[in-house]
Amino acid sequence: MTLYAVQKLIYEVNRSPEALEAFKAGPDAFMQAYELSTEERGALSKPDIGLLYVLGVNGQLLMHFAAACGYEWNDYLDAMRAGLASYGEVREGIYAIKKEKP
Amino acid sequence: MSIVFCGVCSHGPGITARTERAEPAAREHLMQSYGRMRQALREARPDALVVIAAEHFANFFMDNMPSFAVGMADHYDGPIEDPEWLRIPRTRVPGSRDISLRLIQGMMQSVDLSYCEEWKFDHGIMVPLHHLTPDYDLPVIPMNINCQNPPLAPLHRVYALGQAIRQAAENMSERIAVIGTGGISHWPCTPDTGLINEEWDREFLRRWAANDRDALLDYTDDATYLDGGQGGYEIRTYIAAAGAAGGARGEVWCYEPIPQFACGCTVGVMNV
Repeated sequence: MTLYAVQKLIYEVNRSPEALEAFKAGPDAFMQAYELSTEERGALSKPDIGLLYVLGVNGQLLMHFAAACGYEWNDYLDAMRAGLASYGEVREGIYAIKKEKP
Repeated sequence: MSIVFCGVCSHGPGITARTERAEPAAREHLMQSYGRMRQALREARPDALVVIAAEHFANFFMDNMPSFAVGMADHYDGPIEDPEWLRIPRTRVPGSRDISLRLIQGMMQSVDLSYCEEWKFDHGIMVPLHHLTPDYDLPVIPMNINCQNPPLAPLHRVYALGQAIRQAAENMSERIAVIGTGGISHWPCTPDTGLINEEWDREFLRRWAANDRDALLDYTDDATYLDGGQGGYEIRTYIAAAGAAGGARGEVWCYEPIPQFACGCTVGVMNV
């Protein structure tokens, strides 16, 4: 349950060009300050946008992170779709809400 | 004085960032409606413009997430996004610490607020301002309702937030305008982006224009998510504007579902 830390890291690099630069220059060192699982570390450092989506990252954070990592808009959408195909449904967070009406 | 203008409009970044992709007639209707709102706002001669927005992690995060926040600064900078991406130049938007302070003190009689002496505007405020006050010549008081990450303020508290704006404004000498800005149904930044639930949107706008409080509050977040997507949580901004209208009814000047802009593009004004 460390989705919070994944999103916190993305929030911070999204807001600060210096943080983004530091993250890109040394993701392992940058990530030490965050309580992340091995899977989350891999998804962030690669970056695997599709896996980050499946892990539950809010799109309002992920969209800007993907753009900063060089993803054009359509590539970003394709990466999320590929993530769903590879890793299955979104596991937690805002998109992991039941699909049927209460 | 009281509320001299009250309306709602869309703020999707595609409206400026990808403006040429829309079907021209629909886009023209939206732009004419923004223009009509700009004119009506000017004719109301406001001293300050309250923008009730739903920001997207530009200022607030889950380490300290306010349900309701109000800006209290003499100026704000925006957009926080790449200006070339959004196609809105970075600018300094005037605020008024003094007007904010007195509005906040008045609102605090009935609602609990966070106040913010710093605030970076994202597209959620910049897209409306770009169309409504393009010269940035009116002091803006930003407000935020957390619509991004549950738990979210219940809808009756959101309506009460709008009522608190009105009550505070009635005790001030300034002429206050209010705009709520958000999407109705939309699925932003997800693989479902571009989906629009037109029927759900039109029913919500019917309730909004009637300022039917009971009907406006008759949504659960679970049902809204299924019918209107995560973006549907932003109906809170429209509901707060309805609360600020003091029971007045309104008119929807524009509703154009534009998938390229990822939402049903709306302009509506209350007859305050």
